[in-house]
Amino acid sequence: MAELKKTNEAVDATPNVTEVETVEVTSEEAAVAALDATVERGEPILQVRNLVKHFPLTQGILFKRHVGAVKAVDGISFDLYQGETLGIVGESGCGKSTVAKLLMTLEKATAGEVFYKGQDITKLSGRALKAVRRNIQMVFQDPYTSLNPRMTVGDIIGEPFDIHPEVAPKGDRRRKVQELLDVVGLNPEYIHRYPHQFSGGQRQRIGIARGLALNPEIIICDEPVSALDVSVQAQVVNLMEKLQDEFNLSYVFIAHDLSIVRHISDRVGVMYLGKMAEIGTDVQIYDHPTHPYTQALLSAVPVPDPEAREGRERIILTGDVPSPANPPSGCRFRTRCWKAEDKCATEVPLLAVPERFKGQDTPAAHESACHFAEEKDVVHAA
Amino acid sequence: MTIIKETAGVPAPRAGGEASGPLLEVRDLHVEFHTRDGVAKAVNGVNYSVDSGETLAVLGESGSGKSVTAQAIMGILDMPPGKIPHGQILFRGQDMLTMSNEERRQIRGRKIAMIFQDALSSLNPVLSVGYQLGEMFRVHQGLSKKDAKAKSIELMDKVKIPAARARIGDYPHQFSGGMRQRIMIAMALALEPDLIIADEPTTALDVTVQAQVMDLLAELQREYNMGLILITHDLGVVADVADKIAVMYAGRIVETAPVHELYKRPAHPYTRGLLDSIPRLDQKGQELYAIKGLPPNLLKIPTGCAFNPRCPKADDICRTEIPALAPVTEQDGSDLPGRGSACHFWKETIHG
Repeated sequence: MAELKKTNEAVDATPNVTEVETVEVTSEEAAVAALDATVERGEPILQVRNLVKHFPLTQGILFKRHVGAVKAVDGISFDLYQGETLGIVGESGCGKSTVAKLLMTLEKATAGEVFYKGQDITKLSGRALKAVRRNIQMVFQDPYTSLNPRMTVGDIIGEPFDIHPEVAPKGDRRRKVQELLDVVGLNPEYIHRYPHQFSGGQRQRIGIARGLALNPEIIICDEPVSALDVSVQAQVVNLMEKLQDEFNLSYVFIAHDLSIVRHISDRVGVMYLGKMAEIGTDVQIYDHPTHPYTQALLSAVPVPDPEAREGRERIILTGDVPSPANPPSGCRFRTRCWKAEDKCATEVPLLAVPERFKGQDTPAAHESACHFAEEKDVVHAA
Repeated sequence: MTIIKETAGVPAPRAGGEASGPLLEVRDLHVEFHTRDGVAKAVNGVNYSVDSGETLAVLGESGSGKSVTAQAIMGILDMPPGKIPHGQILFRGQDMLTMSNEERRQIRGRKIAMIFQDALSSLNPVLSVGYQLGEMFRVHQGLSKKDAKAKSIELMDKVKIPAARARIGDYPHQFSGGMRQRIMIAMALALEPDLIIADEPTTALDVTVQAQVMDLLAELQREYNMGLILITHDLGVVADVADKIAVMYAGRIVETAPVHELYKRPAHPYTRGLLDSIPRLDQKGQELYAIKGLPPNLLKIPTGCAFNPRCPKADDICRTEIPALAPVTEQDGSDLPGRGSACHFWKETIHG
């Protein structure tokens, strides 16, 4: 617990997020009822505050002593607005998938809150939690392992209706499933086929149809297109954009491919070792990055244009991401940063609009967790 | 010990080779797999060549036959079910397909080496990396364990693994993904081959690490003046390192071009579609262009041009006649060296 307190002290000042309007509920019924409230477009639908997930490291067999913790997610805050796509990027091991699981309440948060329509879903249980889960669905990365090979497509897409029978009455299910297949661009007659009869892109469409089955408001996509071929990737991305307009969905789009994230996202958050390094609109992050990590990440992306490779500055980071079980003191990126100074080792930089850009009307004035934030365009050739 | 001395210094860049002509040339290669469901034609007449110091990128989606071609060159194709009905693979003018197993073994590893995609599953988890690196020297050069170890440390230094001496006894799982890929590169480099085939060497890596690994590979290639065949599906990686590109679709090369040319003016609708379907980092576009449909089933490749069911330009001739890889010329008929397109309508695609 001592460790936890320490992280709480260094919590971001969260200027990037609006204040949470919590909903007070006395009974479970009231909690369920409150979840039916509609959220206007552009209003925050999901508000994450200082979310922490530590996985304990134990030693011994019988008496499991705690010898430390893997700090997978270590105090992040952001808002998801109704109807928008929030992209989350970062290298493997930065905690982006853990964030997805926490938002889905598939993992229990160590600390922090996730407010959905004003209620903290990390504290909900029973019927209220079930109602929340209906509204937040997930699309997984690997279309090969996330579909049960022994179930037909109809059973896979229809399974959510077994858990939430109020959405589709028994006799109506087959029609519903066929409708969903049609929506995601598959032939409705495929309802009796098995996953192995489909290609990767088609399977991902089945995964999306399953996510849509319960008419959710939020879909969390964890690397939904990274297992697909380039030509198929574009099809799935276009489908997801179409569905967003059609069903008024909000996406949290987690990926390591920065180009795809730019394409689909309205706002982007860059994660590094369990913390948010920088967050802003796609123009702010891609054209006016101020955090050195974002700059390095962007400059490392190979651009499919040989003309651009000569003009572009490339920042090649040395070394690997440090272990999240023992992250560096102060700024977590300092071990690989070319700007690091003594201050970075002692003081945790908070996610805030950098002092020098405060009050200015420039795209560089967005939240960045760096002591020495400065703007640098690394994407466009000089 | 003499061997160590011989190779101790930085090796002199090699000349083009005794025989004139390219370092490696693949001629009309066909590979098919006989399965219970029928014959899968994975490679249907591939031609390409690589010179010393040159980087050829083979670009294609999964199932396009790019990796199978590489395996055929290395001679590590599973036969059966694989079969090579036609074709030649000429290494310095000698056809490797007609060589005996012993002769091929002399070339494999020593003259042509391969870097695999997934370093974790390509390294043996129960042997230390030092042992696996040293195996190259012990088996091919007959060095003692001690000498092989010394050479392995040298190699690990070469690929910039920090504290090589201390880490030589470590096992693959103790290394990060990027470091493991460096070990794979070190292994391929061990005997200073003339040609390296890298099969998706950075696909499993993060972008920052990918940049490190690609830089290292390019640096070593320059130093040793090696030929490099880079197999990938990532148009971005190709743009960064390749000299020339061969785009594959359904076991055929549909377009060849020098790297700048290909991106500026694709001469095949498939290449154009691929380029249009990738989102750009430096600009936010509208809806992505998507090539409709799916890559073909290799058991029943469409008649005529294999791309015709997905092609916006497809006409009757595309459904009946297989287009040959024809040289592409400027509008006025002047030559465009190194360019070719297997499309009946390449003129419209490039100039239209």
